[in-house]
Order: sequence, then C-alpha cells, then structure tokens
Amino acid sequence: MKPPAFDYVRAHDVAHAVSLLAAHGADATPLAGGQSLMPALNFRLASPALLVDLNAIGELSACAVDDDGSLLIGATARHRHVETSSTVARGWPLLAHAMGSVAHVAIRNRGTIGGSLCHADPSAEWPALCIACEAHIELRSARGTRDVAAADFMSGLFTTVRASDELLVRVRFPRWPATRRWGFREVARRRGDFAIAGTACTVDVDAAGACTDARVVVFGVADGPVRASASEAALRGRRPDAAAIRAAAVAALTGLEPRSDAHASSAYRLELVRTLTARALGDALGVPA
Amino acid sequence: MTGPVAIVVLVNGARVEASVEPRLTLADFLRTRLRLTGTHLGCEHGICGACTILLDGQAARACLLLAVQCDGHRVTTVEGLSPPTGLSKLQACFRRHHALQCGFCTPGMVVTAHALLAESPHPTRAQIEDAISGNLCRCTGYIPIVDAIADAARDGTR
Amino acid sequence: MSGETGDVTRGHVGRALARFEDERFLRGEGCFVADFERPDLCHAVVVRSTVAAGRVRAIDASAALALPGVLRVLTHADLGKLGDVRPIPIRVGALEGLERFLQRPLAHERVRYVGEPLAVVIADDPYVAEDGADLVFAEIEPQDPVVTIAGALEGTRLAHPEIGTNVAAQHVAARGDVDAAFARAEYIRRERFTCHRHSSVPLETRGLVAEWDAGSGTLRVWGATKAPFFARRTLATLLGLEERQVEQIELDVGGSFGARGEFYPEDLLVPFAAMQVGRPVKWIEDRRENLIAMNHSREMTCELEIAARRDGTILALRGALAADLGAYARTTGGIVPAKAASFLPGPYAIGHVAIDVRAVVTNKTPCGTCRGPGRYEANFFRERLIDLMCADLGLDPADVRLRNLVPPERMPYATGRLVPYEPPGAYDSGDYPAVCREALERIGYAGLSPQRGCLVDGRWHGVGIACFVDSSGGGPPEQARVRASGSGRFRLDSGASSSGQGQQTTYAQILADVLGVEPSAIDVHLGSTTGLSRGVGTFHGRGIVMGGSAVRRAGEAFVAGLLEEAARRSGAPRDTLAFAAGGVVRAADGTVVLSIDALVGARDSGDAAAAALLDVEASHAQSGATFEYGTQVAHVAIDPGTWEVEVVRFLTVEDCGHVVNPLVVHGQVIGASVQGLGGTLLEEFRYDEHGQMTSGTFADYLLPTSTDFPHVEGYSADHAPSPLNPLGAKGVGEGATGGVGGAVANAVADALRSFGVKIVDLPITPDRLFALVQAARGREGTAVPYFALGASSEFV
Repeated sequence: MKPPAFDYVRAHDVAHAVSLLAAHGADATPLAGGQSLMPALNFRLASPALLVDLNAIGELSACAVDDDGSLLIGATARHRHVETSSTVARGWPLLAHAMGSVAHVAIRNRGTIGGSLCHADPSAEWPALCIACEAHIELRSARGTRDVAAADFMSGLFTTVRASDELLVRVRFPRWPATRRWGFREVARRRGDFAIAGTACTVDVDAAGACTDARVVVFGVADGPVRASASEAALRGRRPDAAAIRAAAVAALTGLEPRSDAHASSAYRLELVRTLTARALGDALGVPA
Repeated sequence: MTGPVAIVVLVNGARVEASVEPRLTLADFLRTRLRLTGTHLGCEHGICGACTILLDGQAARACLLLAVQCDGHRVTTVEGLSPPTGLSKLQACFRRHHALQCGFCTPGMVVTAHALLAESPHPTRAQIEDAISGNLCRCTGYIPIVDAIADAARDGTR
Repeated sequence: MSGETGDVTRGHVGRALARFEDERFLRGEGCFVADFERPDLCHAVVVRSTVAAGRVRAIDASAALALPGVLRVLTHADLGKLGDVRPIPIRVGALEGLERFLQRPLAHERVRYVGEPLAVVIADDPYVAEDGADLVFAEIEPQDPVVTIAGALEGTRLAHPEIGTNVAAQHVAARGDVDAAFARAEYIRRERFTCHRHSSVPLETRGLVAEWDAGSGTLRVWGATKAPFFARRTLATLLGLEERQVEQIELDVGGSFGARGEFYPEDLLVPFAAMQVGRPVKWIEDRRENLIAMNHSREMTCELEIAARRDGTILALRGALAADLGAYARTTGGIVPAKAASFLPGPYAIGHVAIDVRAVVTNKTPCGTCRGPGRYEANFFRERLIDLMCADLGLDPADVRLRNLVPPERMPYATGRLVPYEPPGAYDSGDYPAVCREALERIGYAGLSPQRGCLVDGRWHGVGIACFVDSSGGGPPEQARVRASGSGRFRLDSGASSSGQGQQTTYAQILADVLGVEPSAIDVHLGSTTGLSRGVGTFHGRGIVMGGSAVRRAGEAFVAGLLEEAARRSGAPRDTLAFAAGGVVRAADGTVVLSIDALVGARDSGDAAAAALLDVEASHAQSGATFEYGTQVAHVAIDPGTWEVEVVRFLTVEDCGHVVNPLVVHGQVIGASVQGLGGTLLEEFRYDEHGQMTSGTFADYLLPTSTDFPHVEGYSADHAPSPLNPLGAKGVGEGATGGVGGAVANAVADALRSFGVKIVDLPITPDRLFALVQAARGREGTAVPYFALGASSEFV
C-alpha cells in the first residue's frame, strides 16, 4: 500500500497556493492534515498529479477571535488545537467538546478543519458542527474570494461546491449569544470511529426558559449533514420539557431516508437519530434523560 | 514528474540530510533509509498506531506523513525515547506489567504513552484508556498496558 | 513415557519473571521480517484476483515488464518449469475427501476467490513493485460464485466444477446411543445456530525473505513460524530440493493466533522467485492483502438438538454442522469442523452424541485455524442451547452447569472417538465444578440476580456463563537441544516457535531449574530449523506442554550425561555426586569432580567426546493431549436507545495445571479473552453476493481497542496438574477465547429476556440486536418495552 507517484510543491503563502491551484486546476490536490488524503493515496484510490502542501503557511492555521467577536479558524488549524483551546472552549464549547469524538489524538494532531470540510465525509463531525453554528466558509481563488454558508457547502457524498481552483482559507463562527445551549451525541462502533449517526444542536432560550431558536443537525445518516428543521420547529416557542424533547426527537426523522451499510441498516439509523437527538437536546436543555 | 527533493530533518536529535522521492512516506524513510526499524507498519491507513512517532513533539502516524513534509521538522521515534542502554522508567513499567507479548505494537504504544505523560503527568485510568485507544494490540488485551502507564505516571518520571 | 515428579525444581518455574525478550521490543530493536535485510535485496508484490470465480484467459505482464525497475513477473507458466506443479499438502486434520481441494501456489486456469495469487512482480523497490503489479492485467471470464454455506450445500454453483460437489468432506462424530437417549428424554429442543467468519488478524502482516545460495545449493527463508519444520519439508518437496538444502529461520514474530506459519502460496512463491532472479527477495504483505489472503476462520452453521431430563440433566446432543473452508482445503485440513464436533459436548458428562459434520468449499478466502479452532464455535452453539433449555424449564443456568459438568471422580473421562483422524481420547484431569463455582463466586453471581433481565440505570442487564474444555499438546514429539557455551552460559535450541508467548523466558526458567543456574544464563533460540536436528513448532497449546517438557527432558539428559561421565571418571558412585552450575561435584563436600568449563576447553581443542557431552538433544513425546478447562462469565448492560452492548465485567477462571510463569499465563488469559470479545462483538469478514470481501480495511474489520473491554479478569486454578508431562502443565494460549461467544451471547439473551428475541447468531452487534427487537415487536405488537430514555421505561 505505497502511494503512486506524484509531483510535490510546498506552498509558502496563500497567494502562492492559490496561484498553483489556478495553474493546475483539478490536477492539483491540496495537502492539509493528510489524514484522509494519505490513506486514499496508500490505497491508490487517488492519483493526484501534484500535491500542494499547505502546512507551511502560517496564516492558514491561525485560530483567533475577530473584532466582531466571531471565531476565525484557519483552514489548516488542527482538530487538536480546537480541542484544547480555552478560547474555543469558552465561546464555542460545542466545538471543543465534539473534537474529542474525532478519531484519536495522533490523528487530531494533524487533521484539519479545512481538510475535513473539503473531504465531506457524511460521517464526519466538522460539516455538522459548522451548520449547527451557522458558520461561513471563505474560499479564495485567482478569481476572487467568496463566502459560502456552511449549510450550502456540501453538495453531495464527498462533494462540495469548492471549485478545483479554490482554496478553503478559513471558517467563521459567529459569536454565540450568552443564552445559547448546546448538545452533541454520536454513536460509533468504537471510540473514535466514524459516526454511524450523530446529532449536534445549539438552542437559544430566553429569560423565561422558552426556546427562541434552535439548530438541530443530524449527521452520519445521509449523504451529508441534515438540518432537522421539523425538530427545530417543534422546539421553537416552547418551554422544552421531556415530552417536547421526545416530540422534537421524533420530528428529526421527518423526511430522513438514511443509508444502509455494513455497520447499520437504515431502520437502525432512524432509531439512533431519535435516541441521539433526544439525548443531545436533553443535554442542551438540562432535562434529565 | 518531480525528481527527488532535498530534505533536512532532525531525527532523534541528529541532523539528517537526504534526497527523497515525494511519495516516500515518513515511515519508509525512517525504516529503510535510516534503518530505524522500531517504527512498524501494521496497516498503512492510520488506524493501527504501530507507526506512531512524534513530529515536533506531538504524536502522529508516520504512515500518513510524507518524508518531504518533514523537511525542517523534528521527528522522534521509539529509538529516540530509549536511553543509550537499558530501559527508560516508562519502558521498565511496561516490562514489569507484562504490557507486551509479540512486541509489534510496542513502539507505537511507548511513543503514545510518552506523549500522554508529557502532556498529562497524572492521567486517570479512563484517560489512559482513551489515550491509547488509537493503538491496536492483538496480544495483551490492553489492561496490562494501562496498568504499566498508570504505574509510570505514579512514579512521576518518564 | 510417563511424567516424572522430578525434584529438580529450584524455584524459577512458578515465578512471575519479567521477560528477557521485552528489552529489545521496548527499545524498537526487535527484528521482524520487514526489518530484516540481505545484500542486494529485491522486492516482490503478489498480483491477486479481483474476481471470486472465473476462468483465467490470459495474464498480460508486458506493461509491468516495461516499467523501469521491474525485474521479473512470474506466472503459472514459470512455475511449470518445476515440472508438475504440486499443490500445498495438508499438515494436520486430513479428513477424507479434502485432498481433492488443495491449493496450487498460483492460479492456473481458474480463480476461486478474490485474493487468489495470479502472478508475482519483482522489482528493485517495493514502491515500484506495486506500480508494476498495477500494470499486470488478468483477463478473467467471471462465473457466478458460491458464497454461503447454504449455497454450497445446495450445490447449484460449484467452487470446483471439475470435482462436482462443494462438500469436501463429511463424517459422523458419535458416541453412545443418541436415539435411545432421545427416546427416553423428558425435554427436547432443537435450534439452528450460526457463527460468522472472522479470524486471527495479527498486528504484523505476513512476510518472507528468501535467498538462494547457488554455490552451496542452500535455500534460506526468513520469516518462518508456527510449523517451520513442516514448512521446510514442504518447500523442499515442492521445489524438488532435499530437505537439508532448505533452512527456515524464525525471526521475531508479531502474533499468530493460528493463522501465521501455515504454508501459504507465498511460502513457495517467494523462495521460487529468489531462485529465479538470483537475488534475495523480500515480500511484505500489506494490510489490504492480509485481510483478504491470510487464513479466515470460524464460519459455521449448526443445527443442534438437546435431550434432557426435566431437572436439566443432559442426556444427549444430536445435530449437524457445516463449516466453510473457503475456496481450498488448507494445511490445517478439516480441523475446524472436526474439532467443533468433538468439542460440542464440552466439559459436560453427556454420554450420547451424534453430529453429522460437513466441510464445504465456497468462492471465498480459504480458512484455517484461529485461536481455539472449532472450540469457540462449538461452545457458542452448546452454551446457548443449554441456556435456552434453562429458560424453558425454569432452571438456573449456573445450577444446570454444575449438575452436568464432569465431576473429578470421573476423571480421566473417556470421550470416545469423535475425531476421524485421532484415536479415542479422554479428558486427563480436572475439577470442573470447583472452577465453575470459583467463577460464579468471583463474579458475584448470586448478588447479580436482581439485575438480570431488568432495566437498571437505563440499561438492560444480563449475566451469561460458558464452561469450556480445550486440548493442548500431544501430536508429534517436540525437540530441544542444550549446549554449554562456556563461562557459565548455556544455549538452548527449541523446535518450538514463538509469536509472543514468552518462550525465551519460560524455557529459560525451566532449564534454569534443571541446571541450577539463573535463567539469564541461558540463551534461547526458537523455531529455526538450523539449530537442531528436528522439531515441530508451536500450535495447539504445545508451547509449554510439548516444547517446555522437551526443554526439561533435554536439560535432564544433559545433567544425566555429565553425572554418568563424572561417575565413570572418578569411580565414585553416582548417588554421591550432584550437579551444580559449574559441573558435577561431590555432594558431601562440594569438590568439583567434572567442570563444564574444562570440558568446554577440551571441546574447543577438538575433543569429540567432550563435545558430545556438552551438546544434548532430547524430545518429549506424549501419548495424548492435555485438557485445560475453565468457566467464563459475562455481565453485560444494553442501552435500549442505541442497542450498544457494554461488557460491564468479563472473567475467566482457568485451570492450566502447573504454571511456569504466572505473568505469562495471566497475559494469555486476558489476551485470549479480549480476542474472543472482539470476535463476538466487533469483528466480521463480510462478503457480498459477488464474492467481494467488503471488510477490507481496519475501518471495516473492527479489532478491539483499549476502550472496548476494560474490565476483563483472569484467574488461574491448579486443581489437577496434567499427569502426561514432567511439568504437570496444560496449555493456556487458546482456552480463554473458547467460551467467550457463549458467555456473552448468554448474557445478552439474559438481558433481553423480556423482548421476545432469540439470540442464536454471531456476531452480536447493535444493528443486529435492533433488527431482532424490531422483528419481535412486529410479531407481538407493543407488548414489549419500545423506547427507554433513561431510568424509567417510556412507552411510546
């Protein structure tokens, strides 16, 4: 399982990387953490002509709070950095917590948010987390810069709207209101394995404890993460008690046609969605399960 | 096709200059070019952990890194975590607890345990179990390995 | 030869000595075959069929040969230069009929499984060899494969059309009079069980380095293990060489668990390649290949019927089992189905047994032995059926075990002739009920009763028991050779192999006691055919039982030879002399009568008599196998929202007779238990209807990790040492895998007793449990708990 031959260039800054993608298009494959790309190369499932190594570009890995209070995570920021950052833990606790479910430490030391988003594995956590946080993804090319809402970034199984000459530069996570609650539950066969199903949710409550808004995102079950809008509707305007949460969990199944594979049937995935949504919402809202 | 690329890597504290094909993995670079065969290949897709090394002090899979990526970086292998002769305190704990049988996963376990204790000198048992959950062992059933690392943590030194 | 109660033990045997081999492994200085180099090495990659069944029309290697760095591409045509290409023979378990289904090292006109070797590409560099392999194109006309046991038995599609059947072997394993027993039974139940395909999957993949020294006509092969002497014989035969021209050398081995070292196609192809190319050839299997090409195992179906009295006394077992051998009969023949049948009655006094045993071929990876071959499967079938009986009769599973276990007063317990290629056997010794009681005590069986089948803290709890007996040793004698190196050091060569079981230390302990030295004074060499005149290897728990006993005998022969010589030289009666590390002394005052160092000096000056005294080989033969036994108990908790099964606690109490090194024994029990848990709850080789193996990576074939089974315990009992060898030892490497499937399945069934599901198939996964529960709900409506969020059960 040795990689096939390819050309290699180490990009020294964003402009350099962008120009390489412009020049080579689909023949150029960006190398970020390599934790998905390298297995593909070792299995010879991918045969890129040119690897563009992004790991030397300092600005691409930055992770900091912007003036407006939003969190900017650079494309090559490592999962482990997000996991251990006190800034992230304070302001966007869902992200820090969920990182613990991503593979294992040695993978998290290298794997990146940009790589995960562009790889677009339906079982991955980052795409769902970005939607639950209403994040925005910045893509840059020789043609300019564009902003894509997380919900619009994945377009299918292992497919995104990123053009082959575009570089994912960073992801912006809007500042959380103080009243935001969050929950995250996933089921995998073993610790760190890809999720068979998962629910990431953020819920805003008012002073009376009523839910003003919610983002419930189900992942691992379809071609990409799915926003459970029926769940959100079931929660909005209510003071969520156990019955409301159960109803919201059932509502998460609306319109879902989960895939079947070796590890889980479609019916079992539906069952998991119901259980995990209920538990994630229960965690978020402090309703004993 | 790009020809060989010149790299300079610090391996176990020693400066190494080499000329490598872009596709040469770090694992194969260490094993075949530098004859540091302690880093083992068990799967070549990042799951078994037998190839775990430290890159700039952090645990990483050598099978998922290219040698060319390591130009200008610091690599530490199990050989670099061993004293000139004999065993480190951590390694001695492994021996005491029979935390190895065939020895194939052992270097990866030692590197991972070393990285854990460097970051968390007093991990709980659950934290140890979690930390090595990315290293497969087919022989021991893991419990003796967790015992060994817990013992090393109690001892306070590596 | 009967076992001796020798008085030579001076205390190293029985000590929990930390292992000598550990230092090099911990420092990364082990030498596994992938680490091994020879000058001017080249690299081989095997081209494998991607089609499960078909006719090979052509193999086009021209593009590969045109690639710079590719040296040769070998196909069946090249093998043909050896003359008639003979198949790989059966080493053990030769059931009649299997000889028709042997494998040739390269596919010729037909391929019969995905992964079957088609060609070998040899290049200067392993990366280039793989590039070359990608450029070898095989034109195969695909045919419809047979991929299930049911399909094989039905027989419309044939894995070997020219033979005309998929039933490779069939026999009946029987004792007593089952018909009469069933006729008088007060209770009868029949069930169908299945065990899934999974296997050893060691962390090190296979590999070999081979070198042909044309000058001396010697073929050296590095990377041998398990049965190196058989490998030498087989390789010599297949290549038309004399045995003395072939050396099989064992390096460090990354685990075996039954699948490594069983002469594979590559064991011929790689040495052959070395002879053809004239350079040493290295072949290291990658994981993708390993999952498809290293022996699979365990796939078996069993219809089993139990006859009993209403009080739970088991009278008889009757049924039929069918084992999937894959595309070919391997070196391990029909061991798996044969032993499954013979171990179906297990440690119980069941006088009447009749099992129809079939071995079938399919278009899938060939199967061999895997830790506890046939035992794991049989124990699952039988232990489940016993618990189903208990549920029907309202009896406690623990009581029924204790009622039926062979009691100590019935030892040795004759088991009849249940294996066609073995003489009638007998369980040698043991107190089965005592060990069972100890296991129940340790798990706190009585105290767990209130939780069983109940929802506690949001999860359904269950406890399950399995009792097992397993065999070890017997078979051909094992050999050991003791030589004095001088300066107080000794060299031990053993015909046994190591794949991590610690023989470098345990054999030193055994010999140290005989010689009266420290274990560190002994250099242990294992497995290679180069160190001694003959040998066998390590499998079937032979490591200590046969290999260790041979070490003891060789040590005793060494000592006896020197005592005799000292008596002859000094004229003193032998019983006035004693052996001490430096040589032979007068027992009364310790005066040295014969010094080993002096003999070494004489040897080095050419004294042949001295040399002979310092170089002694001996063997241990055993008329039959020893039988280790034990009881395993599992406590599980099942989350009704996700159907995940947590193994809250798993324990084994096992009697393996006298223990040489408790650290090593405990390690084997824990390791075997976790391997069994992985097999029961995580691991599976899945095939689609086209014969494609879809569990092709470690993301699909799930090995247990440190967080999966953190609460596993093992305890040793020593009620009844084996009378069959001088160590009083029984094997321990495999037993604790054997009962895991049964114990866990029983625990799961116990937990879900109110759900109307029947647990009769492995593996047990959340997805499968959910499907069973859904099906039961569909049958029974909402009479069973539907959805529970937490401490209270919610009905939706």
